[in-house]
Amino acid sequence: MTENSAKQTVNPLPVAVLTQVEKTYHLDSISVPVIRGVDVIVRPACFTVLLGPSGSGKTTLLNMIGCIDKPDKGEIIVAGCKVGDLTDDALSDFRAKNIGFIFQNFNLLPVLSAYENIEYPLLLAGVSAQKRGERVPKLLDAVGLGDKAKNLPGQLSGGQRQRVAIARALARKPKLVIADEPTANLDSQTGAAILALMRRMVERYHVSFIFSSHDPEVLKAADDTIFLKDGLIQGTRRKGVEAAS
Amino acid sequence: MMTFNLALRNLLRNRRRSLATLLAMAIGSVAILLFGGFKINIGYEMHTTHVRKDGHLQIQHRDFYLYGSGNPTAYGITDYKKILEAIQKDEVLRDIVVVATPALQFGGIAGNYAASVSRTVIGNGFVAEDANHMRRWNDFGLRSSAPLSAMEGAPADAAVVGTGVARVLHLCEALKIERCPKPEKQATASGPSLPDDIAQLSLQEAPAAAAMPGTVVPKIEVLVVNARGAPNVTSLSVVRAEDQGIKELDEVSMIMHLAKLQQLVYGAAPPKATSIMIQLRHSDQIQVARARLVTLLAGFTATQPLAVLDFRELNPFFVQTMLMFDTIFGFVFLLIGGIVLFTVSNTMNTTVVERTVEIGTLRAIGLRRSGILKLFVVEGALLGLAGALLGAVLALVLSAVLNQSGILWLPPASVAPMPFTVAVWGETGMILGTTIGLILIATISAWWPAYRAARLDVVEALRHV
Repeated sequence: MTENSAKQTVNPLPVAVLTQVEKTYHLDSISVPVIRGVDVIVRPACFTVLLGPSGSGKTTLLNMIGCIDKPDKGEIIVAGCKVGDLTDDALSDFRAKNIGFIFQNFNLLPVLSAYENIEYPLLLAGVSAQKRGERVPKLLDAVGLGDKAKNLPGQLSGGQRQRVAIARALARKPKLVIADEPTANLDSQTGAAILALMRRMVERYHVSFIFSSHDPEVLKAADDTIFLKDGLIQGTRRKGVEAAS
Repeated sequence: MMTFNLALRNLLRNRRRSLATLLAMAIGSVAILLFGGFKINIGYEMHTTHVRKDGHLQIQHRDFYLYGSGNPTAYGITDYKKILEAIQKDEVLRDIVVVATPALQFGGIAGNYAASVSRTVIGNGFVAEDANHMRRWNDFGLRSSAPLSAMEGAPADAAVVGTGVARVLHLCEALKIERCPKPEKQATASGPSLPDDIAQLSLQEAPAAAAMPGTVVPKIEVLVVNARGAPNVTSLSVVRAEDQGIKELDEVSMIMHLAKLQQLVYGAAPPKATSIMIQLRHSDQIQVARARLVTLLAGFTATQPLAVLDFRELNPFFVQTMLMFDTIFGFVFLLIGGIVLFTVSNTMNTTVVERTVEIGTLRAIGLRRSGILKLFVVEGALLGLAGALLGAVLALVLSAVLNQSGILWLPPASVAPMPFTVAVWGETGMILGTTIGLILIATISAWWPAYRAARLDVVEALRHV
């Protein structure tokens, strides 16, 4: 599918819908409610920012949307699928197909080159060598690392590593990319560049990004913003819409 | 392929730890293979010794093996020459049999009446040329060789005795036997006087033996019971004393020419043999030869029950010794296998802890639990493969060095030092078995850490510091 045709066929349905989701962590005899009954909608091809201070529940919420954690209560639908019903293997396959991850610490496989890190999800999916050979260089070019294909993560700067991580997250053309504070370990200039890159990726690949941060500066890049505090949604904002719930 | 590639790169990532584990495995593999090679060589040496002495197979009277030691001549094989002829003419056996030769066992009393000493002996009569031919068998290419018997070319009345027999019969000086001190008190005759005929024999020989010790072949008298149950005496020239390696055997052993012994036992009656020794070109021909012999002997068993026994049945000590070595080898393998198991397991556990975040990342991007399990198990197996292969190569090199070093050792029941040899080269079964065994152990020891890695909670793994 070409990018233009992709643009025309953007699915109007939400990429993720969370209904009355609750999550409590149990530390010895103490129970710590982290998410306390939230409803979230992640719109397709939108750049959504989860904004809140440390301990507000951003990462937990992202983990549940990313299907690597399960809620104690409530329902989560991602890409039209009730993920709570899936087995562990089915969830793994679901994540591989529908969700990309970008981590604060980049989390690239240190023994694989930039090219191989991006190629790895495609290998997991059994994509043919020919298709991999076409897709990976395009992604490398898209994140501006066409000349760093053979470099190992250790030979790349923080910003370059995060670019590789973005390309890896997009490798399987997922519907949703989860980015947990992806700029926290970068200087402000590099962070801004990464933010801009992700923004471009949303526009280019029509994939939804959900991005957690405690930095109000990222608001400028967001289509949708969810304000989270103490496990509760304090408000939401859509670009161009003043009203907030 | 990706799993293999990733596993290999992960091993190379922490080279020092991988190398330490690999070396531990390699040293274990070397220890197993060198001990295995030593054990195999002992097996070859013992196997060869028995085949050189007794042949691969023996045709005997059915009851000779169990009851023959009491009165060997009662279990003689009649028509043994016809059996030998049939063996030589048989189209299967003639190609695989190197030597087929008769032997006659006897029990009697050997005496040096000039010195008033005697003792019981258990002896054999052989065809000396055949016995020496058998001693040249070396199917395993051993570096040690058996000394040839002095009986070949010796006079008809020649005899070879064990050094213990020679010592008791006071023949050490005459036979130039080393380490044979004279007893403080010479034995004196206290029984009844000698029979006239034996005394006469003794008188004829005593001056010659006493005149020039060491230059004149000493004579002894041998008393045997002939086939009719009557005593028969002959005088024999002792041409050499041979150490038998085991004291008990050394003090009763005597060898003489078959023809002379048959004359002594059977007189003018048709001679018999207590066994027909058959030596084959190769030990793996035993089954074929045995089956053929059983068929062949069917024509001779109408008048006498005959049996075919292989050298293992004739020498249970050999089987027991090899079983003992096999048990020790198994024990050593288990010990080293245990060390390998814990070494690899420890390495893999550390690796899992260090790569917890990586495990979480892989799981997050869609690798199943089974994929994680496979990844770490393959890493363990690769460590095992590399360690075992390195160990095999080192063992081959070290065995070659040891074999060329010229170290001598004296195995139990041996009379002469032999080259210290470890048979690793060419022992494909042992090398493959050890290599595969160690790879399996390494794989199994990686399984538990791999299982733990696969069961890690994704969120917890990603949160790991």
